Amino acid sequence: MLDFVSTRRDVLRTGGALVVAFTFADAALPALAESSSSRKTVESDEVDGFLSIDADGRVTVYSGKVDLGTGLRTALTQIAAEELDVSLDRVGLIQGDTELTPDQGPTWASLSIQIGGMRIRQAAATARKALVEMAAARLGVLATELRIEDGLIKGGDKSISYAELVGGGSFSLKIDKDVPVKDPTSYTIAGKSVPRLDIPSKVTGRFTYMQDFRIEGMLHGRVIRPLAIGARLESVDETSLNGIPGLIKVVREGNFLGVVATTEWGAIQATRKLKATWSNWEGLPEQARLWDYVRATKINSDKVTANVGDSTKALRDAPKHISATYDFAIHTHGSIGPSCAVVEINQGKITCWSASQGTHRLRRQLAAMMDVPLDNVHCLFIEGSGCYGRNGHEDAAGDAALLSRAVGGKPVRVQWMRADEHGWDPKGPPILVDLRAGVNDEGGIIAWESEFFVPGDGLAPMSLVAATLAAVPPTPITEPYRYGNPDIMTTNSAIPYTFPNIKTVAHLLAETPFRWSWVRSPGRLQNAFANECFVDELAAFVGADPLDFRLSHLNDPRGAELLRRLASLAKWEQRRSPRKSHQNDVVAGRGISYAKDFPSPTYVGAVADIEVDRRSGEIRVQRFFVVHDCGQVINPDGVRNQIEGNIIQTLSRTLKEELLFDRSAVTSLHWATYPILTFPEVPDVIIELVDRPTAKPSGAGEPAAAVVPAAVSNAVFDALGVRLRSVPFTPAKVLAAIESSARRPSREL
Amino acid sequence: MPTSVSLDVNGRVVTVEVDDPGMPLLYALRDNLQLKGPRFGCGLGQCGTCAVLLDDEPVLACEISLTKAANKKVVTLEGLGSPEKPSPVQQAFIDEQAAQCGYCLNGMIIHATALLAKTMNPTIPEIKKALADDLCRCGTHLRIIRAVQRAARRA
Repeated sequence: MLDFVSTRRDVLRTGGALVVAFTFADAALPALAESSSSRKTVESDEVDGFLSIDADGRVTVYSGKVDLGTGLRTALTQIAAEELDVSLDRVGLIQGDTELTPDQGPTWASLSIQIGGMRIRQAAATARKALVEMAAARLGVLATELRIEDGLIKGGDKSISYAELVGGGSFSLKIDKDVPVKDPTSYTIAGKSVPRLDIPSKVTGRFTYMQDFRIEGMLHGRVIRPLAIGARLESVDETSLNGIPGLIKVVREGNFLGVVATTEWGAIQATRKLKATWSNWEGLPEQARLWDYVRATKINSDKVTANVGDSTKALRDAPKHISATYDFAIHTHGSIGPSCAVVEINQGKITCWSASQGTHRLRRQLAAMMDVPLDNVHCLFIEGSGCYGRNGHEDAAGDAALLSRAVGGKPVRVQWMRADEHGWDPKGPPILVDLRAGVNDEGGIIAWESEFFVPGDGLAPMSLVAATLAAVPPTPITEPYRYGNPDIMTTNSAIPYTFPNIKTVAHLLAETPFRWSWVRSPGRLQNAFANECFVDELAAFVGADPLDFRLSHLNDPRGAELLRRLASLAKWEQRRSPRKSHQNDVVAGRGISYAKDFPSPTYVGAVADIEVDRRSGEIRVQRFFVVHDCGQVINPDGVRNQIEGNIIQTLSRTLKEELLFDRSAVTSLHWATYPILTFPEVPDVIIELVDRPTAKPSGAGEPAAAVVPAAVSNAVFDALGVRLRSVPFTPAKVLAAIESSARRPSREL
Repeated sequence: MPTSVSLDVNGRVVTVEVDDPGMPLLYALRDNLQLKGPRFGCGLGQCGTCAVLLDDEPVLACEISLTKAANKKVVTLEGLGSPEKPSPVQQAFIDEQAAQCGYCLNGMIIHATALLAKTMNPTIPEIKKALADDLCRCGTHLRIIRAVQRAARRA
């Protein structure tokens, strides 16, 4: 059964290391069961940090990067199996266990293959080289004359298996970054559309999500959040819970309020019946004036992301100008399964099971919040409902820790209700972009300037809701190293096009109204939206075909190839936008968008075919054509799956999603007030993958999101000649844009 | 006061002890019977992840009380098939690799199974309509539609 070992007995047998393993053969690996007394290394420069081979020759991969629903588990298994020359069913994977897996930073920024997977590849290649050298010595055959078949090293008429060489032992080897890796043209496992390992158990109800995880003696916790985000808890009337069966405790710490009960239903009823009074608090900006608020927010610093020539002078000298402002609404992260975690505290040792995308980081946060040494916290990842970058899983873990401590350390499961998730999960931040360009008399673009209002310090840990409510004094989290660019929200603000004078500046804001989420392609999505729409505005302004215009300002052969392939896939017909106007109520349009999506970079382009109903303002997206180049592809069907997901999820965000709030709290607390795209509204997605087997792999989890909003906006312009510059493109905004355009001279954009 | 309620789940008659027979069926399935197919998504009847078949009709287990489910046949995702012997719809989801996180798939498969029991060869609009109330956040819709088409062809 594709499942993990989760009984107390197993916890004891593995010396406290609860083993969560998945294999092709659906057997839980007894990894480390025999070596319970010694701790496995989690050093990220050690082969043993990432790999072990047991006495039966089965390989266990230890990954700090975790599968958030993307199929990563399968792809990492493919990478390890390929590089070690073993069959897939010999390889199991343990992910996100702070006592077993190296700290590879959180699972973010589409880095899991390109950074995490490549580290595993290096570890596997180092191990393979060492195994071959050991075999050469043992067999008395030159290493160059040996070959490997499924973990069996053969030379002449002799052979020796991995298990015989190292089975159950350790490598005690540093990872060699320069170790030769296999020639990709010889691959038999990587680069193939291997079926995902988790799907059979997921479609039959056998898979254990975090939300399904149960341990013996476990109690059920629920949280009662303040009615206003910054409200003070004034009083709690515990007598309101008289008669709730199984109620164990009402837990109050500062403004943190929760209940613990023996049954889940008892805990739910308790949260509904508990009478508590909260102070008033109205510290949120007025939603109707959100963009004024963003524009007025203190700027901590500016980051110039591109500076070519002298854009100030060029703009001043330009005979023609064009400018526009784009904005992108606040989005709820919105996992379908609300966040969930289980924590128990045994003799001062905290064990936390959660679907956290960064268990090592969560461990540091929990140690700080609970004021215990780091060694006393053990965090284990169990896959949960889809996470697209920072949802509420860590917060649920914080809640469970406080509740467990309040009941003597007994294991407590906290399951957020839907309103907890919609109300308190981190939010995609509001982003505002100003753009301007100068055009010469010949229709040449001589200057491009842009300013992005984005949150700063995108990689810092988000404070746990429980810690904030309980007013735990903040303890700085010391991270051993940082991964990626802390100014993550500035990515894609520079443009992939060549103009003689360019200046793009990101204003890194001191605050944003809500705790913010990295929900899929953070910053990269919003910034590319503004840029790719404004490029389209320029093409229209100078009367150029939008695809030609991009190609003529692209000095990047890989990008140009991608755009040409996109033109061919979508059967692009060269012409200027908007198309000839006609007076039908329903008008068709087609828009294009392109991104060289950093930090990967992955190249992606899309053409959207839409219809817009000028009476209702409704946009119907019929199809998306996507060409995607992420270098070496590990699992082509997995990449296609991610692209489809990016397009559909981002189309949902583009057309429908907008957080609603008043001065006190979020008011869109469920799916009726925060609708997302449904089946009747999904477009077809036609995909072409550019496979470059010998190139480095780059990200696929997010890049295709970046091209979606602009492709739709540009298609609407193509259809109606009006620009949509504010996500989401609701019918009301479309109607307003039509009306506003009718009132203005047609040449003014 | 604990109450015993008798349920017929996946062909077996079982008794669950609960404090409140007005409790939604979902919690009895998940907590008392340790089933994992029906999922908690919203508890408000808005997302479809908790769907089960009740006397062959799809219902949302977060909305129906235990009392109302007693004496009726409940079939959950587990009751349709197993990894070793998946139902035709489940097999079609495997064949089409129709999952990302997969958390929503319970509702998709229950509703698709109910659709195919009544409609032999559904059109794509019919499939979309039948699944219109099942939410998927990962964007797996196209694969799910293909899986239902595949299952229909096989039936």
